Amino acid sequence: MPAALVNVPPKARRGAVIEIKTLMSHVMEPGYRHTAAGEVVPRDIITSFTCRFNGAEIFRADLFPAIAANPFLSFFTTASESGKFEFEWIGDNGFVATASAAITVE
Amino acid sequence: MVSMFDPLHLSRRHLLQLAGTLTAATALPLVTVRPAQATPAMLASAIRNLVGEAQVKTGKVRLDIPPLVENGNTVPMTVSVDHPMTPDSFVKSIHVFNEKNPQPNVANFHLTPSAGRAQVTTRIRLADTQKVVAIAKLSDGTFWSISVDVIVTLAACTEEMP
Repeated sequence: MPAALVNVPPKARRGAVIEIKTLMSHVMEPGYRHTAAGEVVPRDIITSFTCRFNGAEIFRADLFPAIAANPFLSFFTTASESGKFEFEWIGDNGFVATASAAITVE
Repeated sequence: MVSMFDPLHLSRRHLLQLAGTLTAATALPLVTVRPAQATPAMLASAIRNLVGEAQVKTGKVRLDIPPLVENGNTVPMTVSVDHPMTPDSFVKSIHVFNEKNPQPNVANFHLTPSAGRAQVTTRIRLADTQKVVAIAKLSDGTFWSISVDVIVTLAACTEEMP
């Protein structure tokens, strides 16, 4: 079971710029490594990360093998209204993981 | 007395030549082929794919990355663009490239005006001492870039599995 860690401030003033941090457990096997026997280890990475707020996309990232294992992403958004952030990670071999976090804007 | 080589006219010189050819032939397959490394040309073509014919100006973008990295497997990186985020004028996307990993792309970040601040932090892999390039695309269609040199002592990506 993939483990996601998201950090969103639970409360914010209207109009404040807040930081969102996310961490997802994943090997991010780049597909360029070899075993001692010389076989290529097949690629297994997360290729896409999306963050939506109340259904609207606010941040998206295309990831490549050059992203370190257990991808960490931190980005910013403006707190406009109370609502729910939804996070989605999509990757190779049918990998899908989601997480969500609520925020109260005063 | 007649030696057994005489009918073939094999001299010492011939034998040495033959030995040399055989050594060269067996040595050839020993040349190992490393996975193709991205070259500065691949970096240039990846950037060309993104910007097309547009001109890329230097400035506005800031790339915070340690200049000397001990472990290329996880390198903290923060990219930010000194540009306001308003519905009329904002940073549309930020693209990070590298010069010598097996492929030139690192990540693409797509932003919206609601971001408030054009700044993204992540952790990347670097396979060699090389140049890292960040390019920002603004809503008015202009491109801004920065490049940073990073020295890596332990490479990532292509090492053997334990």
